[in-house]
Amino acid sequence: MKQLFRQMTLMVITCGFITAAQATTPEEDLAAFQKFYKKRFPNVETSDFVNGAYSIDPVGRENWEAIEEFPPYEPFIDEGQAMWEKPFANGKTYKDCFPDGPAIAGKYPQWDKEKGMVMTLPLALNNCREANGEKPMKYKKGSINSILSYISFESRGQITNVEIPSDDPAALQAYEDGKKFYYSRRGQLNFSCAHCHLQNAGMILRTETLGPALGHTTHFPVYRSKWGTVGTLHRRFTGCNKQVRAKPFKAQGEEYRNLEYFLTYMSNGLPLNGPGARK
Amino acid sequence: MIGNTKKWIGMAGAISVLAGQFLVTPASFAGGDKAIEEGKKISFDRKKGNCLACHNIIGAPSPGNIAPALVAMKSRFPNKEDLHKQIWDATEKNPESAMPPFGKHGILSEADFEKVVEYIWTL
Repeated sequence: MKQLFRQMTLMVITCGFITAAQATTPEEDLAAFQKFYKKRFPNVETSDFVNGAYSIDPVGRENWEAIEEFPPYEPFIDEGQAMWEKPFANGKTYKDCFPDGPAIAGKYPQWDKEKGMVMTLPLALNNCREANGEKPMKYKKGSINSILSYISFESRGQITNVEIPSDDPAALQAYEDGKKFYYSRRGQLNFSCAHCHLQNAGMILRTETLGPALGHTTHFPVYRSKWGTVGTLHRRFTGCNKQVRAKPFKAQGEEYRNLEYFLTYMSNGLPLNGPGARK
Repeated sequence: MIGNTKKWIGMAGAISVLAGQFLVTPASFAGGDKAIEEGKKISFDRKKGNCLACHNIIGAPSPGNIAPALVAMKSRFPNKEDLHKQIWDATEKNPESAMPPFGKHGILSEADFEKVVEYIWTL
């Protein structure tokens, strides 16, 4: 009996040690994640990862730089500015909700302790509209992209600095859920996000260079030539999930919000450069 | 699957005995060349095999470079059944493999799958 007890104690200690050795803090994840890309692409300046695949594909970069001479997202910025300035029916404006605005993209996504959830910029914008009796915008296509383009443009140069408050275990859980999503295989084709954008970043998929995940969140919303318009980060998540033949989740639902929380945290330290232009 | 292959080998054997009498090569008589040709089409089809997304095949247009080139398949997989298993579900041999499980997830129909194996084994 005594021996059994001793064995069990030993087992508990061993298991405890293994768990402790495997669990990593967000800070450790961040360091390992960024180190991975720096090691794989030693000639890329860290800040250049905000340019996605163009940081590692010189031919693609040339085409992209030509596109950026007359940015296709420009009309959306202007439209967004008009939206920002136009009073709601009750006479108030976005500025009443966001006194520091319009350059507020660097504050999101953030942990909302009161609501116990990740608050994203699109969600905060719609909360503002609804509080002022306006109809919410759709989260993938349409006018939301104009106001996001304006806010992102005004926020250029702000540094990604997502915080995971240590005094709220639910925040850490949201981060962990987002991380799990990122590394989980899904869909008929059985890919995780990480299979393409971490494991095989820089490799060629048919004719396309797989972009590094580092910097993926800095340039949204993004004008995609494939879409012929500007789209949100969650619209892009939806497209990725469809490409691996998985059922997409709801834009601004918990899954994608937590994914955004994790993915943006992984780009901490990188400057914002939205809106972007992509193939 | 193994049962099917055995049956097929048995059938091919029987056919080759018959074919020998008519001086026809067993492969063409059993429809082998046609299966290989169809397998190639399915392998190149972006909505089906799409092998070129990741693998190079000599002479094929714009292949990816994510996975090893498909060359010398018979020396890499002397036993066709091993190649069959690899395309069916590559994560069995390597849990980290990014290759989609073409058989296990029903990405290809069973008939298309068999043709792809026939074609890839000729490379």
